[in-house]
Amino acid sequence: MTDEPQRHAVIEVADARVSFGAVKALDGVSVKIMPGECVGLVGHNGAGKSTIVNVINGGLTPHSGTISLSGTAAVRYGIGTARANGVRCVFQELSLCPNLTVIENTRIMHQTLTGWGWRRRAAAIIGAKLDEIFPGHGIDVASPVSHLSIAERQMVEIATAFSHVAQPVRLVILDEPTSSLDASLATQLLAYVRSFVAAGGSVILISHILGEILTTSDRIIVMKDGRVVAERPATEFDEHSLVAAMGSVVKGRDIAKTIKPTHGLQPLLTAAERRGKGLSFQAFSGEIIGLAGLGGHGQTDMLVDLYLSHTSNWMNGRAPRVTFVAGDRALNGVFPLWSILKNLSIAHLSGLSRRGGLLDDTGEAALGQSWKDRIEIRTPDVDNPILSLSGGNQQKVLFARALATPAPAVLMDDPMRGVDIGTKQEVYAILRDEAHKGRTFVWYSTEMDEVCLCDRVYVFNNGAIVAELKGEDVTEKNILAASFMGAAA
Amino acid sequence: MRKILSSDTVRLLIPALSLTILLIAVFYLQPRAMSYIGLNLLFNLAVPIALATIAQMLIMTVNDLDLSMGTFVSFVACVAATFLQATPALGTLILAAAVATYAALGVLIHVRNLPSIVVTLGMSFVWGGLAVLILPAPGGQAPEWVRALMISKPPFAPMAIIASIIIALVSHFLIMRSSFGVILRGVGGNARSVERAGWSIIGARAATYALAAVFAILAGISLVGLTTSADANIALRYTLLSIAGVILGGGEFTGGRVSPIGAVIGALTLTLAGSFLSFLRISPDWQIGAQGAILIVVLGLRLLLNRLERREKRA
Repeated sequence: MTDEPQRHAVIEVADARVSFGAVKALDGVSVKIMPGECVGLVGHNGAGKSTIVNVINGGLTPHSGTISLSGTAAVRYGIGTARANGVRCVFQELSLCPNLTVIENTRIMHQTLTGWGWRRRAAAIIGAKLDEIFPGHGIDVASPVSHLSIAERQMVEIATAFSHVAQPVRLVILDEPTSSLDASLATQLLAYVRSFVAAGGSVILISHILGEILTTSDRIIVMKDGRVVAERPATEFDEHSLVAAMGSVVKGRDIAKTIKPTHGLQPLLTAAERRGKGLSFQAFSGEIIGLAGLGGHGQTDMLVDLYLSHTSNWMNGRAPRVTFVAGDRALNGVFPLWSILKNLSIAHLSGLSRRGGLLDDTGEAALGQSWKDRIEIRTPDVDNPILSLSGGNQQKVLFARALATPAPAVLMDDPMRGVDIGTKQEVYAILRDEAHKGRTFVWYSTEMDEVCLCDRVYVFNNGAIVAELKGEDVTEKNILAASFMGAAA
Repeated sequence: MRKILSSDTVRLLIPALSLTILLIAVFYLQPRAMSYIGLNLLFNLAVPIALATIAQMLIMTVNDLDLSMGTFVSFVACVAATFLQATPALGTLILAAAVATYAALGVLIHVRNLPSIVVTLGMSFVWGGLAVLILPAPGGQAPEWVRALMISKPPFAPMAIIASIIIALVSHFLIMRSSFGVILRGVGGNARSVERAGWSIIGARAATYALAAVFAILAGISLVGLTTSADANIALRYTLLSIAGVILGGGEFTGGRVSPIGAVIGALTLTLAGSFLSFLRISPDWQIGAQGAILIVVLGLRLLLNRLERREKRA
């Protein structure tokens, strides 16, 4: 591609707004990508990075705002239009078909590979691109994707996105492309990105490793809470100013936290270093412990491991040691066909059953009523179906389910996703109250405000705990610094 | 490390091995089966089963299951023995409408996000009812050309063997080698990524269901060609036989992992298992149980092999 006389933006998104329920994922974002530049996109969880990426690749139509391609406004912008205009995307979670071979996956991504000999052509295209980006990769393109390692899959996906079949590739969005690549592969990729950009292509690079962003991008866009908060040439940023831009203005703190002395106490829960690196984990009675860091850096695995190591597959006694509050309500939280009461009492059935294994109906009803009053589940009757409640109230039922058990430790897997602010405040109060009574909470949250409520915070990066923050040190600035600058991959 | 066998080969190994062992056992018990006529008699009922198995396999490719396969094949058999024989134009039209119905079912299942087993279980009553309406009592007559095709005696190998090989090769080409088949299997493997690449999942599902209907129709017609007349309940066991055939042949319920050649071999194995048990003089009362036992043994072997493969990969 040569420079055209009038340089139009490859794609320009103007004033895009997207909201999911009460949550504003994009609040008037304008992004313009010129040919021949690499744009770095950074921001913490929920800043709106994935949403703007989905808008650009056509997977999501903004509720308002315009999208123009090469200077002309697109009328119906969708995945098809995006691909036809050479917009490609490498997603953070791998999106290849594991049952197909590398060649066949190339075919899925490129509609024009048909007719006799398509296998040969596809093999040539993907093989050449892999050789170009990752010399010496050693991937057999005829083997099924399920036989490849995670890094190899990522390499295949990147090579597929960059390979030119029918339409020229004009813009490639790389969402955390180096998260599963080792240092030398990451270097090869970033070098390729620079040569691709030098040849006139455009790249949007999303990464939590700020060093990569700073060295590879021409321009950096910083997002926070669905808005673009800073946009400057990369040379005007350094790691500290980037982290500062991602954070919010300093706010007053309501509660002064006290650091409880833990020396000499017996920890309630412990876990060794994750994957043999980083810090080990300890939880003492009556603490609220936050697990922070970017989403998907091992926090949920940690919670699941903690849960599994303190329970048994076969026989759980009447006094469980830990209980779990699931984050994805639809996936592993509610029983959608059951009543509110049944959803609430399921975790504590052993406490509610009489000798002989029958359920104590009056005891169950009393339990339901007491929790309904205590955490104010907004329903006239706990026998109503759980789906009659709003999302926030469903989440309260899940909290009550965990709190109704006598377990001294409660593990929470980002339970406040999509919950309105009023409900959140009520739940925070309940948590504080329960912690005062000696319960321990281990709380993974993707929201900074929630993490800042915790007494002690472990920050995760690449599957390991890289920092432990206590009391007054639990601040947004420290957490951001640890999650972006901790152990570079 | 270079692997000697690809995973597809390993997948085919167990069904091929079990068919060979069964065949040797049958020949040992009844040496007269080792002839042109004998082989044809052993396997001719396998042809419609193999076609129905391929149809079921197509549905399973997109992570669905068709519980109406048996009644649909029965319905087709009734149409073939009546309309297709008496008024070929009308018969063809009815069968074309059946293909369109299958495509519509695929769309419905996808758009409304319904479980395929519920929809097809419901449809099984529809097909069964239609079959009874067409042929309230056993009867009808196979079209001449079908009959002629099914009793033909090609040189070198009996019709049943040649037909099975053709079915296996055609479906292998269609599903495993063609660029169209890749999309179908991609939908089973990771529908989201196929969609992100700009494909219409609805279209792919509709095509899969329509293609499955075509294979099921061929199964019904070839069945009538063998039996000369039809009955509304003629192929009810095909539902479970076809699922068993796919699984026996190395296919899986989810993930788009299927093997057309394996499915045909699975269908042959299931047919042969029946004859084998008869040769053993096992009373028909016990045959279904014994057939189940054969299935369990073969599937157990496959699990073992999968585990070995996984261990090798980890090493």
